[in-house]
Amino acid sequence: MALAMSNFGQDVSLFFIEDGVLQLVKGQTPDTIQHKAYYKTFAALGFYDINNIYVCQQSILERNIEVTDLLIPVTLIEPDQLTALMSESAQVMVF
Amino acid sequence: MSSFTLLVTSAPYSGQSAYSAYRFAVAAVESTHLIKGIFFYQGGALNGSELQLIPSNEFNLHQAWKQLSAEHNIPLMVCVSAATKRGITNAQDAGDTDQIHHSLSPEFQSVGLGDLAILLADSDRLVQF
Repeated sequence: MALAMSNFGQDVSLFFIEDGVLQLVKGQTPDTIQHKAYYKTFAALGFYDINNIYVCQQSILERNIEVTDLLIPVTLIEPDQLTALMSESAQVMVF
Repeated sequence: MSSFTLLVTSAPYSGQSAYSAYRFAVAAVESTHLIKGIFFYQGGALNGSELQLIPSNEFNLHQAWKQLSAEHNIPLMVCVSAATKRGITNAQDAGDTDQIHHSLSPEFQSVGLGDLAILLADSDRLVQF
């Protein structure tokens, strides 16, 4: 969705919160459960000019994940920054 | 007056969300707001199935979507990838892939995510259900 929106000229920010942060963790082997290696797409975000990638610090802390465990460079944010940053977007989609 | 795009990611009858989207759309047009389009994504694509058989004493959401679309000229759009993997195919795609049946109502357009981007660029607000 982010890539499609960026292709059509929208400025996109991505927020990974709660269990969503698990999508970014290194060392995934989705083929062992017959799933697509969806995580590989994250490397393409930069090519689509999607550079505002935010990860909730509390969410990774609760799941014992370090920022070095993540597949791509991200900006860590506190939960109270989330609402402020999201309010800068004209439209918000949640998945 | 405001203009809205609705993003429906919930399947019909598996919760209240898809019905709430419909009620929101009705309330918006009754308040002279504009619904630019309704985009069905993820499980929401199932809203487009013409093969739904609803008991006569229950609300027929599929029929309601079509009526709303016709009365207020609101495009109903289904993401083609989300739909086809759920068995919601239009006559053209079913023919192209040698499927015997198709299931998407002709009132629903089979489109890509780019069409959602175009709707968004033209709307004041996006509301997701």
